[in-house]
Amino acid sequence: MSVGSTPDKFQAANLDGAQTREDNYLLASSGVGSWLFTLDHKRIGVMYLVGILVSFFLGGIFALILRAELFTGTKLFLTEDQYNQMFTLHGAVMTFLFIIPSIPAALGNFVLPVMLGQKDVAFPRMNLGSFYLWVVGAIFFLCAIIFGGLDTGWTFYTPYSVTTSTRVILALLGVFVLGFSSIFTGLNFIVTINTMRPHGMTWFKMPLFLWSIYATSIIQLLATPVLGITGLLLIAERALHIGIFDPEMGGDPVLFQHFFWFYSHPAVYIMILPAMGIISELIAVFSRKHIFGYRFIAYSSIAIALLGFLVWGHHMFVSGQSQLAAVVFSGLTFSVSIPSAIKVFNWLATMYKGSISLATPMCYALAFIFLFTIGGLTGLFLGALATDIQLHDTYFVVAHFHYVMMGGTLVAFVGGLYYWWPKMFGVMYNENAGRLFCLIVFLGFNLTFFPQFIMGARGMPRRYARYVEEFQIYHQLSTLGAFLLGIGMVGAIGVLLYSLYRGKKAPANPWGANTLEWMCSSPPPLANFDNPPPVGDPYDYSNLRYDEREGGYVTVPGPAKKTSSH
Amino acid sequence: MTVAESTHEHDAHGHHSPEAHVAHHFESPQQQFDSGKLGIWMFLITEVLFFSGMFCAYAIYRSLHPEIFIDAAKELNAMLGALNTVVLIVSSLTMAWAVRAAQLSQKKLLIVLLWITLALAGVFLGVKTVEYTTKFQHELYPGIYNHFAQEQYPTVADKYVSKENQASGGAEHATEAPAHGEEHSEEHGSTPATGEHEEHAHAEAGGHAHAEAGGHGHGGAQGVRNIHIFFGIYYMMTGIHAIHIIGGMGAIGWLIYRANKGEFSSEYFGPVDYVGLYWHLVDLIWIYLFPLLYLIH
Amino acid sequence: MSDHAQPNDDSHDHGIHAHVMSMSTLFGTFAALLVLTGLTVAIYEIDFGAIDIWVAMGIATVKATLVAVYFMHLRYEKPFITLSFLFSLAFVALFISVSLMDAREYEPQVEALHNAQMQEAAE
Repeated sequence: MSVGSTPDKFQAANLDGAQTREDNYLLASSGVGSWLFTLDHKRIGVMYLVGILVSFFLGGIFALILRAELFTGTKLFLTEDQYNQMFTLHGAVMTFLFIIPSIPAALGNFVLPVMLGQKDVAFPRMNLGSFYLWVVGAIFFLCAIIFGGLDTGWTFYTPYSVTTSTRVILALLGVFVLGFSSIFTGLNFIVTINTMRPHGMTWFKMPLFLWSIYATSIIQLLATPVLGITGLLLIAERALHIGIFDPEMGGDPVLFQHFFWFYSHPAVYIMILPAMGIISELIAVFSRKHIFGYRFIAYSSIAIALLGFLVWGHHMFVSGQSQLAAVVFSGLTFSVSIPSAIKVFNWLATMYKGSISLATPMCYALAFIFLFTIGGLTGLFLGALATDIQLHDTYFVVAHFHYVMMGGTLVAFVGGLYYWWPKMFGVMYNENAGRLFCLIVFLGFNLTFFPQFIMGARGMPRRYARYVEEFQIYHQLSTLGAFLLGIGMVGAIGVLLYSLYRGKKAPANPWGANTLEWMCSSPPPLANFDNPPPVGDPYDYSNLRYDEREGGYVTVPGPAKKTSSH
Repeated sequence: MTVAESTHEHDAHGHHSPEAHVAHHFESPQQQFDSGKLGIWMFLITEVLFFSGMFCAYAIYRSLHPEIFIDAAKELNAMLGALNTVVLIVSSLTMAWAVRAAQLSQKKLLIVLLWITLALAGVFLGVKTVEYTTKFQHELYPGIYNHFAQEQYPTVADKYVSKENQASGGAEHATEAPAHGEEHSEEHGSTPATGEHEEHAHAEAGGHAHAEAGGHGHGGAQGVRNIHIFFGIYYMMTGIHAIHIIGGMGAIGWLIYRANKGEFSSEYFGPVDYVGLYWHLVDLIWIYLFPLLYLIH
Repeated sequence: MSDHAQPNDDSHDHGIHAHVMSMSTLFGTFAALLVLTGLTVAIYEIDFGAIDIWVAMGIATVKATLVAVYFMHLRYEKPFITLSFLFSLAFVALFISVSLMDAREYEPQVEALHNAQMQEAAE
């Protein structure tokens, strides 16, 4: 999907209506320059989407290479050093280039201003700048890969990161720049939500997606700068050996872990909170029922954001951290499960007695709830001090965070992409194909990662290129699952791309949602709204009725009969 | 007193109507101003957190090893630090005054005050350069280039620093060694791939020429371990602060350019205000750096 | 909300509501900052022992507060901004205090290791 040529593909499909160029942001201007220098949040969101999907593809290839190598316990085609580089790059690319920007920067950028009934985010130039910082960061990463690789793991722990001969500084510069990209996105969103909510949209009339984005942005502002300075200090350590983190020079490697996790634990919530926001939207819309416990979901987003800052030490239970800190962090860790559980229970309560339609986004939302719950509950084993000693740095941890990050964030991202795809590009995808690949993703995911829980609990350490025969069956199941998952993901994205060529034209409101982004045409006009749309309860579906001719939902005055089929 | 109440006449340069400065997605100049204000404050918050990492490193090493700081701070010139503090405070005054001038549409005064602020920032950097130069003459470079570090960790020094660049007590070496060091700490390590490993080639350990380096008079640091950690923190803190000063100078220069074109008035002064806030934060951080680094005993 | 911002109602069309600092406040703040800087330097020679750093930090905090409240107009801003700023300082405190607490706790082990290594090297 190339940025420059995208508008042309729509020319034929969409210009046959009564549309003028201004009525469709994709057609408002053409040429590569009109995309590269655009200040339109929708186009920036689309450019982010392209970049993020490319990184995801790259990270996924790394993952499949790793899993293929692990099919047997002996060497297949990667040396140990190559294996180390491969898992580092998989982790670093997936974390910094894909997951962190995925939902806020790609979907959030597109949706947030439209959800607010506005023409753009508060600082459009900064928004574009943030995208280019992302590009520069990605280039640094590519350079690190090309000129010698990286084998520290995505965590850059000292002292190894000071002594390894791979390109740590290039990668750290990439991290530094990507951090600023993330900060600018968060800053933009906070200001936009604070100062540009339309008249009538009070804090508690905001869609829950915006609450989660707001909470995410708070973390981005408060945590990411610490990553920046950690990166700079580590660069100085490596280049000059200033002795802060390097034990060889009297420094303290545990201190590095404090620095790193002060950002990187909250960063986990940068990844998962927006996903939770998407799920809140999807569950309500496809259950045709008002979201249950709106305020609790909203507050729990903020609570997760704040509690997320108090638990970073649980990554360091076996690092040499003091017992006192370990006990305190372990206790605090359990507190995060409270707001997370509040959300899950509210989603379940929303579905209860709802009129559930299993459209593809809803299938992903259901997969999310299932996988995230497993991921969250296994986190309790790792948060408990005693069991963590056994499970630390085993595949149990790998399985746990993949259930949360991939089963949670990635699944929600794809669900959100399917949900907003008609709005973004004005086309409907093939629903049955979408559902089929969702099923494949779900099965492939569980086949990949569930065996990892078992082998981790039985003592298979993570990050090992070789293993003893007793673990072979789990590794082989996992590898099969990984390729199934790969097929599912490629298929899921393929269904969407195919719809760009063959998809039916999308109605303004295909799902019957009541948030503001569905009140403008699909795709939105350049300025989103000519007149500010009326603000109501975002989860009140009583005035929406399915219209056969339109192919989507329309607003009817006054209470109307609810319809669920379409 | 607000701008709207205090100014009644429009700026003479009427071709810049306030509406001309309102971006299309804002409803009013007020909304735009409030957004910018909130935005710059949010940015300042990230700056606070950014610097907090270095303050954290400082707090931990000072708390655990106060002797490092007491000994090493003798190498610093408190009077230069105090001078720079005063320079920054004066520049903060002129900046705050410049914001007032912009709010009251006093174009000429605004330009003069911005120029003074810019000049004071230059003075600050000048003093900083003098300070760094003195350190370098005493071979007090950051990290392993520091002669204390080389005395304490000769094997590490042999591993990373070529023989001819190692400290030997002679001042003539002072001009050579910093080349790698300063580049990295000042420029965010912009040429990271080079210079990292080339020193490894010279790793063969010969006579320990650096062993006698402690004898040349300054800083009676014999017996205190890890003195170089102070210099690591000192160079990182002041270096990154200096980068912020340079960034601020760029921003002030941009304000001067726009002020010359007559863009700022009581109806549109947001950028002056935002840059001012940034400049005050840089001052505010220095207010803490000064006693933490220079006034230790 | 139309394409271009139109002149709003009359009370607003003369621009932006923002506080203008009076000259006396500006110079008063400036003078106070200079005096406090002089004070820090002057008491530098006096040895307060362990509370040395707290005295210096206290004066610095007074100066920083003056800069924030007057030069940075915090006194006249919306409470949201002041609260956000204080909020960020709370996170700085969290970061430093917890890391410091932990480092102090495990420091004896680090020292023990160092001493053992020294002894080994001496033998």
